[in-house]
Amino acid sequence: MRMNGADAILRSLEAEGVEVMFGIPGGAIMPTYDAMARGTTVRHVLARHEQGAGHMAQGYARASGRVGVAIATSGPGATNLVTPIADAWMDSTPLVCITGQVRSTLIGTDAFQECDITGITMPIVKHSWLVQDVKEIGAVMKAAFHIARTGRCGPVLVDVPRDIQEAELDFSYPATVDLPGWRPPRKVHPLQIREAAERIAHAEKPVLYVGGGTINGDACDELRTLAEAGGLPVITTLMGKGAFPETHPLFFGWPGMHGTKWSNLAMNTCDVLVAIGARFDDRVTGKLSAFAPGATVVHLDIDPAEISKLRDADIPVVGPLKKALAELATAVGKHRDAGVAGPEAWVHKIEEWRDEFPLRYGAGGDWLKPQKLMETLQELTAGDDVIFTTGVGQHQMWAMQYLLTERPRNFITSGGLGTMGYGIPAAVGAKAARPEATVVCVDGDGCFQMTAQELTTAAIEDLPIVVVLVNNGYLGMVTQWQDMFFDGRRSHVGLGADVPDYVKLAEAYGGVGMLVETEAELEPALREALSLDRTVVIDCRVDPTEQCFPMIPAGAAAIDMVEYEDSVEATS
Amino acid sequence: MKHTISVLLEDKPGALARIATMFARRGFNIDSLAVGPTEREGVSCITLRVDAEHHSLEQIEKQIHKLVNVLRVTELAPDEAVERELLLLRVSASPDRRAELISTSEAFKGRVVDLGADSVTFELTGTPEELDAFQELARPHGIQELVRTGRVGMARASAKRARRLSAIN
Repeated sequence: MRMNGADAILRSLEAEGVEVMFGIPGGAIMPTYDAMARGTTVRHVLARHEQGAGHMAQGYARASGRVGVAIATSGPGATNLVTPIADAWMDSTPLVCITGQVRSTLIGTDAFQECDITGITMPIVKHSWLVQDVKEIGAVMKAAFHIARTGRCGPVLVDVPRDIQEAELDFSYPATVDLPGWRPPRKVHPLQIREAAERIAHAEKPVLYVGGGTINGDACDELRTLAEAGGLPVITTLMGKGAFPETHPLFFGWPGMHGTKWSNLAMNTCDVLVAIGARFDDRVTGKLSAFAPGATVVHLDIDPAEISKLRDADIPVVGPLKKALAELATAVGKHRDAGVAGPEAWVHKIEEWRDEFPLRYGAGGDWLKPQKLMETLQELTAGDDVIFTTGVGQHQMWAMQYLLTERPRNFITSGGLGTMGYGIPAAVGAKAARPEATVVCVDGDGCFQMTAQELTTAAIEDLPIVVVLVNNGYLGMVTQWQDMFFDGRRSHVGLGADVPDYVKLAEAYGGVGMLVETEAELEPALREALSLDRTVVIDCRVDPTEQCFPMIPAGAAAIDMVEYEDSVEATS
Repeated sequence: MKHTISVLLEDKPGALARIATMFARRGFNIDSLAVGPTEREGVSCITLRVDAEHHSLEQIEKQIHKLVNVLRVTELAPDEAVERELLLLRVSASPDRRAELISTSEAFKGRVVDLGADSVTFELTGTPEELDAFQELARPHGIQELVRTGRVGMARASAKRARRLSAIN
């Protein structure tokens, strides 16, 4: 069909089954926005900042399992997408970013709003294209979606000069991709499965160390089958949270810097460590040379480059996790059927540790404790289809520790890049993906203002979210580090609790504002907020002295964990 | 430990930049890099000399292989490959010293490609080690200018099969 490049971009999105894209128009992308005005089945959500659009596309992708799409103009529009692209790269989120570029004839001349976005993003994309001929659009768009979602998921960027958007072509969307250099593994080696199954089945103290790749690989059911077939304890990373039901008897918490003590004890004293779609991140391992010493490592991943990148794998299994885990579950099950005993004593030992070293925090005083806030939120949402998103910092770690996630894609956070401000736009994107779910953004007061403008988007686009603001008036995690590692020298961390007035701000953005200053006010406010079906900000004033424990200092070994010390009251 | 890696890649815009950027970002060390066309249209070959002291060769190879434009990654093992490099070297030489330099270059199968009032320019092809040796012999005469292409390599026909460093498993 005869059309221009801009129409071809939209027809490509439609052919990929894209339901919604997030973006902001500007000069170099105007032909494509003009094409939207002519008509498309793809919903466009108008963000208020391109970073917001990018994180919305990420939230959409994580909540739905589909590719997220963000669209922006050249220059500043494109550079504002850099943080979401980097975030998607670190957390393997499938993302297609479409940017306008100045006219082909102006490229390289420092034209208005020109920037070399394919160059800038080169280290943080799986691949990128600067479209140089309008006839390439179909093939490039097809390849972009294919690469974003196959193999290890991640971001791609398509940069389209304005004159290419305006040029005409005979368009038909290609049925296949021509990518001779892109061949992600599709099979699993049976020998590796056999070896892995034998080692796992005979382990006395096995642990499944589950990362976000399990969710990306749509392998959560297979994970559960494996765990149950082998009686294997499961520990999930921040990115893997929700891959395994957190109320399951074989679930044993989260590893790493702010993970629970019992989880770190289990990981570090196990004899067979089965890493599944996880990448031995420094926030999980602490001091690498002291991590899980003596454990045999079985490493399952779709990305061969993750195998032995940081920790040598004794038994590597490369391939799609859905297939690998299904085959592994069957093989381990056969060993159990043949009479190889499961690790019951080991599981019992971890249960004892869990009883002995529960999460603790100081009780009493006038202040609302952030942990109490999380516990209450957990009680009020247990069993419901609630998607949590977070910012980055203390509140994120408390959310990890206290909000028990039952299903995959219900806990959405910035893990690898640690992007403050991720929470609100990711929540808007998640709501667009799953309108029937309740979406709650647990945010810090430091994170909130980095992307708060997207509350406007939530209100205007009818994508209501509940923001539970854990407001301690500080950049809390930085404060905690200054107190613990910089002799308490507080350097530029005080935000003040009174400016801005978050209640008024929420109202100004078209939402509902609530203030919670005491524990007694908390539950009624949360209940109301969750029932309103409107965008709500609950400004929860929490104890500014509260620190997040347990904690393994950066670069330290898990055995050097710092725990909460004062008089305590155990929490469940 | 240094290794020579041969990378076949699609001749697409930015393909070389992607490899260079990846090396820089991951902190991999490149000793030399040579790029040029191959027998297949649209396919280029990059010969890389890498220092695998701080990163395993396997990790370097796998990261290269992840790049979408990369078609094949092969290690050229020293006993199973031919490696050559080209050197251009301008050395100070008054007319009475020229004969000595020229005869030295002949031992390396070098050629004189330019003559100046007080200099001679040689072209030399050989293994990188031969070029090193000639360079050292010329040094006392005073090297005015020197460029080298970086090595290119090819597996020998007798090599059972070029060792393909690809996805493990």
